Amino acid sequence: MVGGRSDAAAMIPFIDSTAAQWVRPNLPDYAAACRSFSWESVLAELDGLPGGGLNIAHEAVDRHARGRFRDRVAIRCLGAMGDRRELSFAELAVESNRFANVLRALGVGRGERVFSLSRRVPELYIAALGTLKNTSVFCPLFPAFGPGPIVERLVRGNGRVLVTSSALYREKVAGVIDQLPELRALLLTDAPDHWDGKVLSLPRLMAEASGVFRIPPTDPEDMALLHFTSGTTGPPKAAVHVHQAVLLHYATGRDVLDLHSNDVFWCTADPGWVTGTSYGIIAPLLHGVTMVVDEADFDAERWYRVLAEQRVSVWYTAPTAIRRLMRLGGDPRERHDLDALRLILSVGEPLNPEAVRWGERTFGVPIRDNWWQTETGGIMIANFPACEIRPGSMGLPLPGIEAAIVRVGENGVEEIEEPGIEGELALRANWPSMFRAYLHDDERYRKCFSRGWYLSGDRAKRDAEGYYWFVGRGDDIIKTAGHMVGPFEVESVLMEHPAVAEAGVIGKPDPLIGQVVKAFVSLKEGCLPTEELRRSILGFARKRLGSAVAPKEIAFSEGLPRTRSGKIMRRLLRARELGLAEGDLSTLED
Amino acid sequence: MTDSEIRDAILDGLARIAPEADLASLDPKANLRAALDLDSFDFLRFLIELGEATGVEVPEADYGCVTTLETMSEYITKAARGRGQRGRD
Repeated sequence: MVGGRSDAAAMIPFIDSTAAQWVRPNLPDYAAACRSFSWESVLAELDGLPGGGLNIAHEAVDRHARGRFRDRVAIRCLGAMGDRRELSFAELAVESNRFANVLRALGVGRGERVFSLSRRVPELYIAALGTLKNTSVFCPLFPAFGPGPIVERLVRGNGRVLVTSSALYREKVAGVIDQLPELRALLLTDAPDHWDGKVLSLPRLMAEASGVFRIPPTDPEDMALLHFTSGTTGPPKAAVHVHQAVLLHYATGRDVLDLHSNDVFWCTADPGWVTGTSYGIIAPLLHGVTMVVDEADFDAERWYRVLAEQRVSVWYTAPTAIRRLMRLGGDPRERHDLDALRLILSVGEPLNPEAVRWGERTFGVPIRDNWWQTETGGIMIANFPACEIRPGSMGLPLPGIEAAIVRVGENGVEEIEEPGIEGELALRANWPSMFRAYLHDDERYRKCFSRGWYLSGDRAKRDAEGYYWFVGRGDDIIKTAGHMVGPFEVESVLMEHPAVAEAGVIGKPDPLIGQVVKAFVSLKEGCLPTEELRRSILGFARKRLGSAVAPKEIAFSEGLPRTRSGKIMRRLLRARELGLAEGDLSTLED
Repeated sequence: MTDSEIRDAILDGLARIAPEADLASLDPKANLRAALDLDSFDFLRFLIELGEATGVEVPEADYGCVTTLETMSEYITKAARGRGQRGRD
């Protein structure tokens, strides 16, 4: 048992059954940590770049490759077909050096964007780290995007290089390559030979590249990562993160994920979502732990096997997956040895209290929810290992992060001190991993801030003990299976179908994935609302947007409710869907 | 249900969820989720609807046994024959 913890904290045991002893949390006393916290002390735990500055890849890989973890497995990739590939820290350093040299040979330099569209294979991780070493900017895309979202993001992000596979290239990129004039090279992770002057074999380039690379001086404010996130009214926004973010990646890996050097860590998120980069690549490597990567898609039994066979001790996953495991039922510990598991965390949408308790019954450890966004770069509010869990709450702010519930009115932002009152969740600006821009969109960036606060767009409450509780989104953005979908992006594609006159897209509540993307469409004159047409529209949307973004349901509607200024009132569509009172209709047309 | 009725029920269900797919040229041994771009929610919903159409409910634990057209047809056929025992043996 650990000293210095409150009685409430002592209710939750920390058991490392493999060593048959208690694991002392890295953050044993939350209040004391908040009092003594400084970012300088976090920086002091890192190395700093030998030539000056701060580079994420140096801290994540090279410093371990030269230290006592050099032969430890850094990444263990479990292939979809049962194969397995491992890279030690030393090997990862050499391979990422090669990738940096490949970029250099292609003339790709500082600040230029390298995109990935890849399944979770070792090359994806090597490319991410090599890109950071080259001081270029890594921008991962989710492989279930269709050609539409891919083009939109590559164009907005001025993609110079795309790392992808032969199959994904053929299916999703080859047909739209003419729309990507800024793209200089496509690197195919599985092609033995170059296809032409632009579509190149990555294995061949890697074989020709040197494994020695010296990271150039990197300013902590140099752009490192670009993550796209959905907007309500416009196209997706590209949130810019800088190398300085590594301070928060490290601090949250220590204090929230509670990584100890002998842990085996599994983050189930794909790097195409921000969680899969901040915590599925960077944070575990920073702490020198072995991370497991599973290439395959969700499969309940397979996941239990991975947890058991890999002896996963810290597991970061999402409510959608947890609810699927709950659906599977039974006691997994009868079939699988899950004794190594000592900490389970969840992010993406609020975890219902029932799921928190199910975790405790099923695994012997509760599931700890936390909250953050693409814009925040890393975890901001969390249920810490040493703190009491309030099921359904996102937890307490990270030491070093100031959160508040605010009211945004005519006089700007006003803090709500009183507990239990709903408002907008805000964070005091200028933490290390705060986004530094929306690329090419200063206006939307500026709108996120007021009087020194970052306004998250999420509605929340704070209780008397300082725990935060999520209420809902303040806008029309849809949260489905833990990721954001912008209705505008979906509506725009639906409108391109020849039979569609107008489209309104909402999130329909769903017990498994939070919200389902549902589209209401009205048809052009002469088009009949048949099952055949429904399928035609759905197929059209899936082909363009991919399964991650396309609607799951399409309903025909005669005319959609609009405001006087012509905007579709999604709020009203949602209210109708739920059979709720429709609220203030004064701005509605008709 | 005959084998071909079961196969038709599967193809009908896939066409509802992924109408853009060219099912005529689908390789019976291909992973359905990868070949047809079905996310885990699509696949879940497809299997629930297939259960309603065929009377064979595939429990979540067996989702890994029905990843291709071929293995799915076999699974449903077998379960339909042994009806009364629940959809697995």
